[in-house]
Amino acid sequence: MHAAVIVFPGSNCDRDLAVALERAGAKVSMVWHKDTEMPAGIDFIGVPGGFSFGDYLRCGAIAANSPICRSVISHAERGGYVFGVCNGFQILTETGLLPGALLRNAALKYICKPVGLKVETADSIYTGGYDKGQVITVPIAHHDGNYNVDADNLARLRGEDRIAFSYTDNPNGSVADIAGVLSENRRVLGMMPHPERMAEALHGNAEGATLFAHVVEQLVHA
Amino acid sequence: MKARVHVMLKNGVLDPQGEAVRHALGSLGFDGVEKVRQGKVIELDLAETDAASARDTVTAMCEKLLANTVIESYSVELV
Repeated sequence: MHAAVIVFPGSNCDRDLAVALERAGAKVSMVWHKDTEMPAGIDFIGVPGGFSFGDYLRCGAIAANSPICRSVISHAERGGYVFGVCNGFQILTETGLLPGALLRNAALKYICKPVGLKVETADSIYTGGYDKGQVITVPIAHHDGNYNVDADNLARLRGEDRIAFSYTDNPNGSVADIAGVLSENRRVLGMMPHPERMAEALHGNAEGATLFAHVVEQLVHA
Repeated sequence: MKARVHVMLKNGVLDPQGEAVRHALGSLGFDGVEKVRQGKVIELDLAETDAASARDTVTAMCEKLLANTVIESYSVELV
């Protein structure tokens, strides 16, 4: 299984994401934002957390319009897998691959702490290693993680079982406690919490590693 | 030609920053501020001299980059 991790100026979780994927058994290529094409044979694209382009204009807005993102969008449109964490989630909403937008946290503070995440669906390569309803602990670290989506799209997300994770104790004001959402074909996931930062015993627990292990297992057998 | 773009959160989208500003104004003694909405202003210097064409181009810029129309509305002013 060959994964690409995109690196933007200001990305700071790119290596964490690469290490989590490698330890799960993936081959990982780092791809610079000015590149226009993915390396050949990519199965999976990771869009990492950080502060791409200094969060100028809006979080993720400049990155979403960078050369490599056209390639990320066409990968997703061909049915490829794309996983965005934190700033990566913001970037994926800015590209339109995922619905909604991430606003400033309701309490206006940057929040960095472990939170409880409820697995809302086990029906995706990302969440299939968990049980529906299982609660895991994963850190968040964001200033703009307040997920906003209009009532029609919320009803659609619920009706199509596309809410992947929700907060057990909403830290940021997100609509319906949403922490992560899937695309219509369930192959694109964006989430604010950082599973790659809870992926080995030294991190405190390894509950995030299950996500990467399941992704790699599913794509190796695909 | 110059263009000025105003970007605001759409009505109905909670603006916690505007709300914080409203509270701060109240604590400074400015009573009677019922609502504050915070947005941004972007100024562009354009080579274009035709107003209609400039407006079309800046509108396209807003749709593609300057505003996120999921949560924000925008207006274009030529100056």
